[in-house]
Amino acid sequence: MSGPSRRGRERAQLGFLLGPVSAFLTIFLGGPLAIMLIYSFLAPGLYGGVEWQFYPHNFGRILGFADPEFEDFDPVYLAIFLRSVRIAATVVIITLLVCYPAAFQISRLSEKRKSFALFLITLPFFASLIVRLFIWVLILKKTGFVNLTLQTLGIVDEPLELIYTEGAVILGMVYIFIPFMFLPVYASVEKLDWTLVRASQDLGASGFQTFCRVIFPLTLPGVIGGSIIVFIPSLGNFVVPAVLGGAKTLMLGNLIEQQFLAARNWPFGAALAMLVMSIVLLLLFIYVRHETRRGDDAPGIR
Amino acid sequence: MAESIVRLEKARKAFPLPEGGTVTALDGIELEVARNEFLTLLGPSGCGKTTLLHAISGFVELDAGRIFVDGDDVTERPPHKRPVNTVFQNYALFPHMTVGSNVGYALDISGTPRMERDSRVGEALEMVGLGGLQNRLPRQLSGGQQQRVALARAIIARPKLLLLDEPLSALDRKLRQAMQIELKTLQAELGISFIFVTHDQEEALTMSNRVAVLDGGAIQQIDTPRAVYNNPANEFVASFIGASNLFRGAVKGNTVVTAGGDVIQVSVDTTSMNQVTALLRPEQYAIANGERDASAAYMDVTVRQIVFTGAGYELHGETASGHTVVATIAAAQQTQVANAETSRRATLSYDPAAVHLIPASGGKP
Repeated sequence: MSGPSRRGRERAQLGFLLGPVSAFLTIFLGGPLAIMLIYSFLAPGLYGGVEWQFYPHNFGRILGFADPEFEDFDPVYLAIFLRSVRIAATVVIITLLVCYPAAFQISRLSEKRKSFALFLITLPFFASLIVRLFIWVLILKKTGFVNLTLQTLGIVDEPLELIYTEGAVILGMVYIFIPFMFLPVYASVEKLDWTLVRASQDLGASGFQTFCRVIFPLTLPGVIGGSIIVFIPSLGNFVVPAVLGGAKTLMLGNLIEQQFLAARNWPFGAALAMLVMSIVLLLLFIYVRHETRRGDDAPGIR
Repeated sequence: MAESIVRLEKARKAFPLPEGGTVTALDGIELEVARNEFLTLLGPSGCGKTTLLHAISGFVELDAGRIFVDGDDVTERPPHKRPVNTVFQNYALFPHMTVGSNVGYALDISGTPRMERDSRVGEALEMVGLGGLQNRLPRQLSGGQQQRVALARAIIARPKLLLLDEPLSALDRKLRQAMQIELKTLQAELGISFIFVTHDQEEALTMSNRVAVLDGGAIQQIDTPRAVYNNPANEFVASFIGASNLFRGAVKGNTVVTAGGDVIQVSVDTTSMNQVTALLRPEQYAIANGERDASAAYMDVTVRQIVFTGAGYELHGETASGHTVVATIAAAQQTQVANAETSRRATLSYDPAAVHLIPASGGKP
């Protein structure tokens, strides 16, 4: 009897709680996104701004069907795009290689040391990102810490080209994103039931076999979660390449920034941004699908 | 001894305590388990029974001593190279694998051909009564079914020895009793030796060929369930297994006289003993009818409480000296129970020949 009325009340409550945030997101996220989506299909104005006519060649410039009137297709954008994907993937792999073993080590510490280790890992969040990146400039530049040390010790004669390379960009991103990889990986490692590891060994599996068949599959959700959380911001990152990459290591983020601020070609910038976002959404969609399938019970249940 | 499947020699293990010092979990254990034997390790928590099990499976390294399985010294071998499998307390089923993959795990590891593997998985599941559930996930099964999967998984590689670490403790009473019988049957069918760890003495008595009672990291007594129950080696065993009335006292002729002045009649050879503990099980008592029998002995008690247990009554009383006595009274003695309930007094009879004497110095009370 109280069924529908209670459900109604719960709905009202939910609406009340979610209302403000929904309104906020609709206005300040949905609105600008819609504008960007529309812009990405409009022609760029001669002196900035847009021409209100349908124009698919913004995407064409990137993907290979450029506006035949004005230009030939130049694969440079596709190259930047692929480089960004490659750099982001490299960052994911390196952070994972650093964080995965560390998570196991830390999960085995005593409670007190564990919380101290976690505190240390989250510590960088309390310092400004820009400050932390410029410290790397001081370390890597021609007259920086690394080069000075190497030269003083007589290991190299000429200073090495460390900064303004792809390596520097990757290093900077790894440095920034390690906590983002660590936390989800740690959460799943911490949850791992060690009696399952014992059971595996008891049934004849060596340490390596146990890792492949039991430990890795059971910590995979954390690995996937961490990888997505690191990949997405790495792909569109523009601060790190701007500070450590110089002009040579242009990434998607910098390209988009240039289109909006320097080239004043908003439609093309919007198209680039939409492309990045569609990749991110696709990844998230795959991840969520995967997770719901894990959560759901497999066929055969009543 | 060629027939023994496991032999432990002077096994010793101490664990460091966080506050400093150590706790001895195994104090020079000597143990031999025969082929096809069902041995139960019984003891209170912290007695060392789980450590002993882990020492055999290889998860605990001994400080000293040796372990032999089927004649081979396995003391230094890692767990995955020992011909021993374990049924874990909380089953430890792999949650990301189907029932079939769980059961077939050991065969997949050893690279058994697909056809043979599949047929053996089917067989093992059939054997524990779970045929056709290969494709379920562990979390879709009930506790009892998960228990059976764990069992099937542990026996599929035909180990020489199966270790069971309190496998029934999470099941409800009815299911537990059914599983006890099933395990016993399965053990006989498979011809594998079982070492079964439990803190439940009823479970130990029902299932085992032999029971090893552990306390303080040492084996207090190892014998058949009947011998352990009827002739406990010391007071610890007597009080841990079954309910018991213990009377400590000095031997005077055919009696044991306690410090409080209670007198227990005995009719066993007491010549070699001086200080003893007399053991009377609750079921050795009956309420006396009034007429006295020369072959029986009698004890007057004040009735504290009478509890109805379904199959009979449990009488809690006190002797003249204040010693607590628990007696199980058969349902047939309903009238006497009623009398005792109103008068708050009863005379308990027992057979002096059935009183078991434990020499003093043996074990803690």
